[in-house]
Amino acid sequence: MRRVVITGMGVVSASGRNQGEFWRQLSSGISAIDTISSVDPWQLRFKNAAEVRGYDPESEFPAKDLMFLDRFAQFALISANEAVSQAGVEWRQEVRERGAVVTGSCLGGRGAEEAGYWELFHHNRTRVHPLTIPLSMSNAGASHISMRYGIQGPVYTVSTACSSSAHAIGQAFWMVRAGIAPLAIAGGSEAPIFLGGLKAWEAMRVISKDTCRPFSADRSGLILGEGGAMLVLELLDDAIARGAQPLAEIVGFGMSSDADHITQPSSDGAARAMRNAIEDSGMAVEQFGYINAHGTGTLANDRTETAGIRAVFGSHADKLAVSSTKSMHGHALGAAGALEAVASVLSLRHGILPPTANYTTPDPECDLDVLPNEAKKAEVEACLSNSFAFGGLNAVLAFKAWR
Amino acid sequence: MSESIQERVLRVIATKQRLPLESLRPESTFEELGIDSLDRLNILFDLEGEFEIEIDDDEAKKVTNLQQMVAGIEHLVAAKAQASPTVDA
Repeated sequence: MRRVVITGMGVVSASGRNQGEFWRQLSSGISAIDTISSVDPWQLRFKNAAEVRGYDPESEFPAKDLMFLDRFAQFALISANEAVSQAGVEWRQEVRERGAVVTGSCLGGRGAEEAGYWELFHHNRTRVHPLTIPLSMSNAGASHISMRYGIQGPVYTVSTACSSSAHAIGQAFWMVRAGIAPLAIAGGSEAPIFLGGLKAWEAMRVISKDTCRPFSADRSGLILGEGGAMLVLELLDDAIARGAQPLAEIVGFGMSSDADHITQPSSDGAARAMRNAIEDSGMAVEQFGYINAHGTGTLANDRTETAGIRAVFGSHADKLAVSSTKSMHGHALGAAGALEAVASVLSLRHGILPPTANYTTPDPECDLDVLPNEAKKAEVEACLSNSFAFGGLNAVLAFKAWR
Repeated sequence: MSESIQERVLRVIATKQRLPLESLRPESTFEELGIDSLDRLNILFDLEGEFEIEIDDDEAKKVTNLQQMVAGIEHLVAAKAQASPTVDA
């Protein structure tokens, strides 16, 4: 079987706007969760989110480009640029003609859509901005990356709520492994901090009024985040041939559907996705030393995820380190899987496992080694990155250290 | 005769769940009535609208039967009346 490696990664997040800063914050256990600044929080029953701070779109893009880019598409392009630059991609004709871009986004450019409808509903306008559709379509990020680099092969967007970008990376991995695309840029981006979206999440009653405390007995819900992350995937042989440095190997992808409830998670569905990813990797459960958990900080997720991990790993579950970096970069919905894939690869690469921040109290129903508040030095051979979505759609990625 | 708070709460729940009103008893638990987490969200949303109140997430999580729900709503309605007196100071 052909082997696929990651040769470049890019990140925009509340925990830093590039890979280096992202890793510095995650490995130091610094949580970027803070009072919401881009929407007036008096309108909301919760006050905190993980927003990308100090970001100035005008300094990243020429004004004429910015006109066509909603915030989520900006995040997609910025993170793709960093990933392509680190990978040092050689734009051979085959790479341009058959290369792939697969992105994930839950909401796409719904912020741009809201701005347009706001004018209709509140200001008695009779028209909306003519770019509302191209700004808000969920594939805008993928299309802009494709146009920027002239990538003409399979380019598309997956929308599976909180699993979107994990599904996207998994699909891209399989396409490269199968020889359908010689190279892929895969990941996701999300910009969910706008009034209508925040009110919809408020009504779901799953947002914490406190902070995100995954696996802690006093956890009270998730904290929304925003950002984007992209990975460059290519065949190991190609990477070696052109002298590129593999950052890690992507070895497995597993999917499943709970086929049960539209919002309540199931430990069976989670377990099947983890098993499928491990089986796809051809590795034994004992070779895995770390799981970057879905770990949203809701009562239901963390309990069912723990049960799922125990069902898959048996007695090895007590030797695993499990952490949720959502405690630091927030839950970036469709971008979450990609941010956490980057965190997973960096964990393997640096031999440091990032902690679960904001942890205070053990919960007997979440009785795993969740790395409370402090990173751990450990050179693990392989890790999983879990993503479980509303709608019961699960996607799990498996990565192996490159040494 | 005007509807009591209990009658209004039961009416809202019966309507939302499409249950006959007479099948709801104060001691009925949500579980017995087949009301799951998403149904609860819908019911809380409708009760907030019916009484023009705000029901706290954490308080709502503690409620397991209709009697507790009625008591909670009565408390919030009383607090609202107290917070907005009829004569301005």
